[in-house]
Amino acid sequence: SKNSEEIALFFVYQTSHLLLSASSSRVHTAMDSLIAQLQRQFRDYTISLYHQGFLDDQFTELKKLQDECSPDFVAEVVSLFFEDCEKLISNMARALDQTVNVDYKLVGSSVHQLKGSSSSVGAKRVKGLCVTFKECCDSQNYEGCVRCLQQVDIEYKSLKAKLQDLFNLEQQIVQAGGRIPQ
Amino acid sequence: MAVGDLSSSSSSSPELHVLAVDDSFVDRKVIERLLRISACKVTTVESGTRALQYLGLDGDKGSCDLKDLKVNLIVTDYSMPGLTGYELLKKIKESSAFREIPVVIMSSENIQPRIEQCMTEGAEDFLLKPVKLADVKRLKELIMRSGEAEEGRIKNPSPNTIIQDDIDSSSPSSSSSSSSSYHDDDDTPSSKRMKSSVHD
Repeated sequence: SKNSEEIALFFVYQTSHLLLSASSSRVHTAMDSLIAQLQRQFRDYTISLYHQGFLDDQFTELKKLQDECSPDFVAEVVSLFFEDCEKLISNMARALDQTVNVDYKLVGSSVHQLKGSSSSVGAKRVKGLCVTFKECCDSQNYEGCVRCLQQVDIEYKSLKAKLQDLFNLEQQIVQAGGRIPQ
Repeated sequence: MAVGDLSSSSSSSPELHVLAVDDSFVDRKVIERLLRISACKVTTVESGTRALQYLGLDGDKGSCDLKDLKVNLIVTDYSMPGLTGYELLKKIKESSAFREIPVVIMSSENIQPRIEQCMTEGAEDFLLKPVKLADVKRLKELIMRSGEAEEGRIKNPSPNTIIQDDIDSSSPSSSSSSSSSYHDDDDTPSSKRMKSSVHD
C-alpha cells in the first residue's frame, strides 16, 4: 500500500506541476514585477550618473570586462580606486599642511596619480578636478590647491556613495532572481 | 627569441604571456583583466626594476629559469618612479636575450616627442591611457601575426630563399622581424610570397 501511496503522490505532483507551468506563462508574479521595477531603477540611475557627468565612457569599458567568471570586477576596481583616493588625498593634505614649505612637486605627482586612476575607472568629475588641481600645483597657488583638495575629497566620496547605491540595486536584482540590464 | 617560441606550442592558438608593468594599483588590475579576457597569460609588476628582476636582467640570473618565463610581450607605463617605461624599453632592447620581445608603452599623456622617442628606441606601439579592450585586441592580433610570420620564416627557409632570389632585383630585402617585411605593396611576387609563407 505504501507503493500505491507513492504512485498516487507522484501523480498528483506531476499534474500540479503541469498546471503551474501552464499558468506561469500567462501570470506575472509579484516577483516579476519587483524585478522589472528594480531593473528600471537601475537603468535610470545608471543613465543619470552618466548624464550628470559622474561617469564617462571608461566606466562602460570596465563593465565589458565583467562576466560570470569575474562578476565583481567593476566593484573591485572602483574599490581600489577609492582606496587610492584616500591615500593620495591624505598625502596631499599633509604636504599642504606645511603651509610655507609646501612640496608642490610631491602634491603635483600625487595629483597626476589621482588623475590617472580616475581616468582608468571613468570617474569623470574627479578627473576634471585633477586637471584644475594640477594647474594650481604648477603655479604654486596655495589657496587654489587647498580648494581643489577639498573639492576632490567631496567629489570622490560623493561618487563612492552613488556607486554603492548602484551596486546595492544590482544585488537586489540578483537576489530577486533577475538579470542586471546591460 | 621569445616571439618565435610560439612555434613550440602544440595548441592551435598559443597563449601569449604578457608582462605588464605599472606603478598604479588600479591600472595594474585593469590591464591584467584586459589581457586575461583577451586569452593572455599575465604577470604584473609594479616597477621597471621589478620587471628587470623578473626577466633576470638585473644581474642576478640565478633565480629564474628563462625557459619558464617565455614572455611574448611587455606592456609598460611610461611615467613610473625610478625606472621610467622608456628606460625599461632601452634596457630590454640592449639585452641580447630579450631585445626581440615586443615592448608597448602606455601613457596618459599624448606627447608627440615622447611617442617618437619610444618608437625610435624600438617600441612596438604606444597606447594612450585609459586602455580599452579594443586596444588590447588590436595589439594581440599584431603580436600574433608577427609571431606567425616569424614562425613561417623559421619553419620554411628554403621556399622563401628561392622566391627571394626570383624577385631579388625588384623588392628590397628587410631584416626586420616584425610583419612590416610583408607589407611591400609593389608587385605581385611579393604578395605571392606573403601568401605562401603564412599559409604553409
